[in-house]
Amino acid sequence: MRLVTVAGPPSSGKTSLIVRTLLALRDDGLRVGVVKFDCLSTQDAAVFDRHDIPALVGISSGFCPDHYFISNIEDCAAWGERLGLDLLVTESAGLCNRCAPHIRGFLAVCVLDALSGVNTPRKVGPMLKTADLVVITKGDIVSQAEREVFAFRVRQVNPRARILFVNGITGQGAWEAARIWRSAPEDGVLQGGRLRFSVPTAVCSYCLGETRIGSDHQHGTVRKIPIPS
Amino acid sequence: MSTALSPAPFDAARFADFLRLHHLPACMEANSPDAYWAALTWEQREDTGLDPETLAARYAEFLTLDRQPGAEMALHSLDVLRGRDKSGNPERYDLRFAPGDVVCLVGPTGAGKSRLLADIECLAQRDTPTGRQVLINGEPPGDSERFSGESGLVAQISQNMNFVIDLPVGEFLHMHAESRALTDPAPVVDQVLHAAVAMAGEPFDADTQVTQLSGGQSRALMIADAAFLSPKPVVLIDEIENAGVDRRAALDLFVRKGKIVLLSTHDPLLALSGSRRLVIRHGAVQDVITPGPDEQAMIARLVEIDARLADLRARLRNGERISGFPA
Ligand SMILES: Nc1nc2c(ncn2[C@@H]2O[C@H](COP(=O)(O)OP(=O)(O)O)[C@@H](O)[C@H]2O)c(=O)[nH]1
Ligand SMILES: [Mg+2]
Ligand SMILES: [Zn+2]
Ligand SMILES: [Zn+2]
Repeated sequence: MRLVTVAGPPSSGKTSLIVRTLLALRDDGLRVGVVKFDCLSTQDAAVFDRHDIPALVGISSGFCPDHYFISNIEDCAAWGERLGLDLLVTESAGLCNRCAPHIRGFLAVCVLDALSGVNTPRKVGPMLKTADLVVITKGDIVSQAEREVFAFRVRQVNPRARILFVNGITGQGAWEAARIWRSAPEDGVLQGGRLRFSVPTAVCSYCLGETRIGSDHQHGTVRKIPIPS
Repeated sequence: MSTALSPAPFDAARFADFLRLHHLPACMEANSPDAYWAALTWEQREDTGLDPETLAARYAEFLTLDRQPGAEMALHSLDVLRGRDKSGNPERYDLRFAPGDVVCLVGPTGAGKSRLLADIECLAQRDTPTGRQVLINGEPPGDSERFSGESGLVAQISQNMNFVIDLPVGEFLHMHAESRALTDPAPVVDQVLHAAVAMAGEPFDADTQVTQLSGGQSRALMIADAAFLSPKPVVLIDEIENAGVDRRAALDLFVRKGKIVLLSTHDPLLALSGSRRLVIRHGAVQDVITPGPDEQAMIARLVEIDARLADLRARLRNGERISGFPA
């Protein structure tokens, strides 16, 4: 089985891209499935369901979604193996800009939305910088010049990645995405594998349930905003 | 003379750019990535999520960008070899496009225009649903050309596209030029601006905000920008509104700049102005029409009608009363 990790800011077009790409792969006879990670709730399962794509949903609630991802990915992969999938995709909300769900040895995809503006590639963290494939959506509604500047700025922070424009609505470009996903590394080993980017170890008293404000209640790793005097 | 293998001397300004883009703490003293790492505190290192090897590798990659500044591809010919239609019947035409060609695509929505474009965009090698093959300068592109970096050949302009950035036109064009790593962007920016203003019905200048441009003005700016500043050798245009843009001037500009223009249009003036017209139906090119003397003779007449309509529009804008057709 191949495992592909897809991450990107909320509403960047991840679900649309995944559906379009998986449909293309399924046309070629591959068995495909999705694990959707989110923080609070998700409507995505209904979308996958509508296209008869098996989907598992994980809600992280009060947990950093990427920490949650890492602690669950092995079990999710085992689920995919049990279903006899050829390719399993994980979709993460990309809500933590310090972490990234990308794993060494597995195809890592970051989805960005051209409509969000040309400064976006400079604001997104490791989920962009450590990706192998950067998919830019919504190019159908911004100017060619902005698409070119956007792609250039992606290259500036991640010169290795393949950059692809995909229209999440019409599916234009999804054929190429499918072709790249299909040649993703196969049967990688998760057990003992490594993330591409370390997740922070910082733990403060608030992580442990403290609700009171004030320096008396702050222990562990505490960081202060530098405020000019 | 320096050889390609000798390591470039450490460039403090480039390193500072790299740190800024990767949200890493600035450090004025460090004269190598290793020295930089050594100078970071434990907490700062933890924050970066990196290790010294990854940091050095990222910086080396960042420097390679300087050597590939959105280079324009030298395209002498583009072939699209016949595939099959939606029912699997063989297509009848091989197509060859050369710089300066204006080729019109006609046919109803869903006939296969986007499929043809997609084949060109991904440099199809008989591996897409249409079975077409694309040749670049007479040869199939290598896998690295197809599947590395941002390889697309095609710039697109359609009626749904808007500028979303909030910048004055001049700054916006400079930003685009910067992404091309042009050594002297100012003259090109001027050319784009002049060409755009000449094409647009209503004047604007470098200080106008791009988001404030009228429909015709922004279309004119997109066209001029694609002609002068886009590195893509093929331009696909999905209909040019007949209000507010000199459409013939737009086509002339692309021809002068040696672009291959694919124009999806049912506007009579534009559709007849092309050097060829591809009739697309049922997923394939069903006919290739070269305008004969009859059609060419019509162009002059259409230009005249177009000018009259433009004149009427201008007079309405001026608040005039209209009585009969202008002479
Ligand atoms: N115009 C346009 N809209 C898109 C495109 N891709 C996605 N969308 C829309 O953007 C919205 C968010 O997409 P979705 O796939 O749910 O994003 P996610 O939150 O990242 O999974 C939906 O309304 C999509 O229809 C695109 O390429 N063009
Ligand atoms: Mg989603
Ligand atoms: Zn996190
Ligand atoms: Zn905490």
